[in-house]
Amino acid sequence: MTGTPAPPVRRSEHRAWVEQLMGMPVSIHLRGDGARSATADARVQAVFDELRAVEVLFSPYRADSQVSAIDRGELSVADAHPLVREVVDLCRTAATLTGGLFDAWRPVRAVRPVRPVEGAAPGTRRFDPTGLVKGWAVQRAADHLGAGLSCDVAVNAGGDVAAKRDPRPDAAAARWRVGIEDPAEPTRVLAVLPLVSGGVATSGTAHRGRHLVDPQDGAAAAALASVTVTGPSLLWADVLATAAFVAGEGALDLVGGVPGYAALVVGLDGGVTQSDDLVRLR
Amino acid sequence: MRRIVTALAGTVTALVMLFGYHTSTAGSGTTAAVPSAPLTTGNSGSGSSGSSSSSTSGASGGGTQTYTGDTVQTQWGPVQVQIAVTGGEITDVTTLQHPSGNPRDEEINAYALPVLRESALSAQSADFDLVSGATVTSQGYVGSLQSALDQANL
Repeated sequence: MTGTPAPPVRRSEHRAWVEQLMGMPVSIHLRGDGARSATADARVQAVFDELRAVEVLFSPYRADSQVSAIDRGELSVADAHPLVREVVDLCRTAATLTGGLFDAWRPVRAVRPVRPVEGAAPGTRRFDPTGLVKGWAVQRAADHLGAGLSCDVAVNAGGDVAAKRDPRPDAAAARWRVGIEDPAEPTRVLAVLPLVSGGVATSGTAHRGRHLVDPQDGAAAAALASVTVTGPSLLWADVLATAAFVAGEGALDLVGGVPGYAALVVGLDGGVTQSDDLVRLR
Repeated sequence: MRRIVTALAGTVTALVMLFGYHTSTAGSGTTAAVPSAPLTTGNSGSGSSGSSSSSTSGASGGGTQTYTGDTVQTQWGPVQVQIAVTGGEITDVTTLQHPSGNPRDEEINAYALPVLRESALSAQSADFDLVSGATVTSQGYVGSLQSALDQANL
């Protein structure tokens, strides 16, 4: 795509990069004067490298990941990489915050079907922090990008978005317009949520089969179409979206109980409820 | 016009996204998240090299131009798309090459390709920058397309 002639008017500085990481498309978006600097290129590549390293540590699909080693009982958390220990601590916090609705230690029947479960005794729990790692890693990526660049940044990983505003005190606060996908019609956007800094995460089952399960019993959650949560950090927005989806009817109350976070809930009938008129529906 | 050309980069990239995602879920679990093609960044806007480029065919009447993307090798096979543009808007998306040959491929194509087409046609008028949703396939596509539009400052 390099053969395009320069437009006659000066463009504002918007750039984006996309890579396939952690099993999903991950895009990095920069806006502002610093977006076109060599520093921006280098920083973006460094952040993609960082996400690849996270994948190596945490992927449950890789036999050589530390998470797989912990799951097999071959590695103790105490001996694991500092980032793994950090995530394990966060997983415990997440379980407490959500009253157990989010739990990285899942019953065997809750484990993704692509993972082998042979030999596991009934009642065994498997360690799978995937549901937290994504939000954590993407928020971390946005933080690392934002700290080193004079521009607004946003990272979108498979539908979960983390944004950081330009850190310069005199910078205008540009809003990212985050479209919330209609779970019944994924080519349609239900509403647009303005985001300056923070996270937006959506949990649901649209077109993917039932991939979210209640950690209490391993049964597939199926009371809602989708839950979108926004707040200061994508890490907790993502955890809360997952837990609220499992909570079903209690979704709004669960999210409303965490200061700074708000939710938009789409029911199976397409009805939308939200915290404090979060967005204007279309 | 920049919007149109860069949308093509989004389209090509998005196809990689679509098939890449399915690769990671349909596989045995050992091949997850391994991109088999250089994933483009769309129009870098700064002249840096990308693996995607377009060729522009002459207008075939009615002011419609077609833009053909590079062939992108994916784990599932080669992917190539073409878009038609009339009056500054994407009017059609055609898949020139897509992975085929086994029932799983056909299943993916039957779902992914219509989504691809719909997304390209609807997203060109999008008034959002990013998409949050549970559907990684279409989200990946719409998001990628939108990222390309962002670069064009449209």
